[in-house]
Amino acid sequence: MARKPKTLKAVFTTGFIKQNPVFVQFLGMCPTLAVTGSVESALGMGAGVIFVLVLSNLFISLIRNFVPREVRIPIYIVIIASLVTILEMYMNAFQPDLAKSLGTFLSLIVVNCLILGRAEAFASKNGPIKSMADGLGMALGFTGGIVLIAFFRELLGSGSITIWKDLAFTFIPEVYRISILVAPAGAFLVFGILVAQINKLKFKREERNEVA
Amino acid sequence: MEYIAIAFGAIFVNNVVLKQFYGLCPFLGVSTKKSSALSMGMAVTFVITLSTMIAHLLYTQVLVPNDITYLSTIVFILVIASFVQLVEMIIKKFSATVYSALGVYLPLITTNCAVLGVAIDITVNSQNKLGTAVPTFGQVTIYALGISLGYALVIFLFSAIREEMEAYPIKRNYQGIPIALITAFIMAMIFVGFGGIV
Repeated sequence: MARKPKTLKAVFTTGFIKQNPVFVQFLGMCPTLAVTGSVESALGMGAGVIFVLVLSNLFISLIRNFVPREVRIPIYIVIIASLVTILEMYMNAFQPDLAKSLGTFLSLIVVNCLILGRAEAFASKNGPIKSMADGLGMALGFTGGIVLIAFFRELLGSGSITIWKDLAFTFIPEVYRISILVAPAGAFLVFGILVAQINKLKFKREERNEVA
Repeated sequence: MEYIAIAFGAIFVNNVVLKQFYGLCPFLGVSTKKSSALSMGMAVTFVITLSTMIAHLLYTQVLVPNDITYLSTIVFILVIASFVQLVEMIIKKFSATVYSALGVYLPLITTNCAVLGVAIDITVNSQNKLGTAVPTFGQVTIYALGISLGYALVIFLFSAIREEMEAYPIKRNYQGIPIALITAFIMAMIFVGFGGIV
C-alpha cells in the first residue's frame, strides 16, 4: 500500500487514538499492567517513556544512514539501554521514592516493545524532526493509556487519586473500595474491560461509517 | 528445605506472569495453541535459567568488585541478546528437530522482559525478591529455574483454556485480547491462594 508522506502534525497525533500503543497496538504490556496501581507511578513511568522514546528516536534517526542493516537491532538496543541507564541514575538520585515504586520496571523500559518497535518502524526510515514528533506522540499516547487504567484501578481500588506525592484526593470511603483492583490480579480485569469497551466504540463507529 | 521454599515461591506465589507481569507479550501472543505454548515455555526455561546464572556470575565477579553496578542494565541486555543468538546457532547446528520446535521463539525471547527482569531481580533488587542482599549461586539457580517453570506452567494452562474457549460464543468486543485478559485475571486470583501456603 503506497501512502503519501504524512505531515508533521499527522505523525504527531496518530499515537494518541488511532494507533494508541496501549489500547490498539498492545505494545509494552508489562509496564502497562505493573505500574498502574496508582496514578502517580503511571505518570512517572510515562515521563520515563517520553524521555527515552523521544531521544532514542532522535539518535536512531540521526544514525540511520550509517548503520549496516544486519547489526541494526543490537545498535538500537545499546542506544536505548544507555538512555535507560541515564534515566535510572537520575531517578535514583533525585526521585528515590518513584524509583522504588517502579522497581525493576524502570530498567525494563529497555525491553519495552514500544521503543524498539518505533525505532524499527519509524525512526529508521524518517528524518530526525519527524522521528521526534512520532516518539513524543506515541509516548504521550502510552502515558495517556496507562494513566487511564491507573485512574480506574486507584479510584475504585484504593478510593483515592494520588497525582504527585501529597497531592492526593480521596473519593470513596473505605467500606466501598474494591481492593482486588489494586492487587496484581485486578490489573488484568480493568485492562480487559477497558479494551472491550474501546472495541465497542470502535465497532460502532465503523458501522456508522459503513451506513453513511 | 530452603531451596524448596525458594522454588515453590518462584513457581506459584510470585508467579512471573500473574504476579510480576513479566513476559506478557508472548504470554498473550503465543498462547493460542497448546503446542506452541509448550515450545515457548521450554525455550524460556532454557534461556532464563542459563542467562540468570551468567548474569549472577558477571554481577558478583565483575560488576561489584569494580564498582560499576550502575552499568548492570546495559551489560545484562547485551549478554542476554548475544546469549540468545549463541543458543540459536548451537541448536541450529546440532539438532534440526529441536530447532524446528523452538527456532521461531528464540529471537522473541530477547525482548521478553522476563529474562532481563529476573536477571535484575536476583542482582540489583535481590533484597526484595529473595530476601538476601547477596544470594548464593545455588539460590539464584533454583530461583531462576522456579520462575521459568512457573512461566511454562502458566502459559501452557492458559493456552489449554484458550483452545477450549474457541468453541464458545463470545461477544464481539470481548473477542481476542480482552477475554484473554479476563481469563488471566481469574487465573491470577487462583494463584493468589498459593500465597497462604508459604
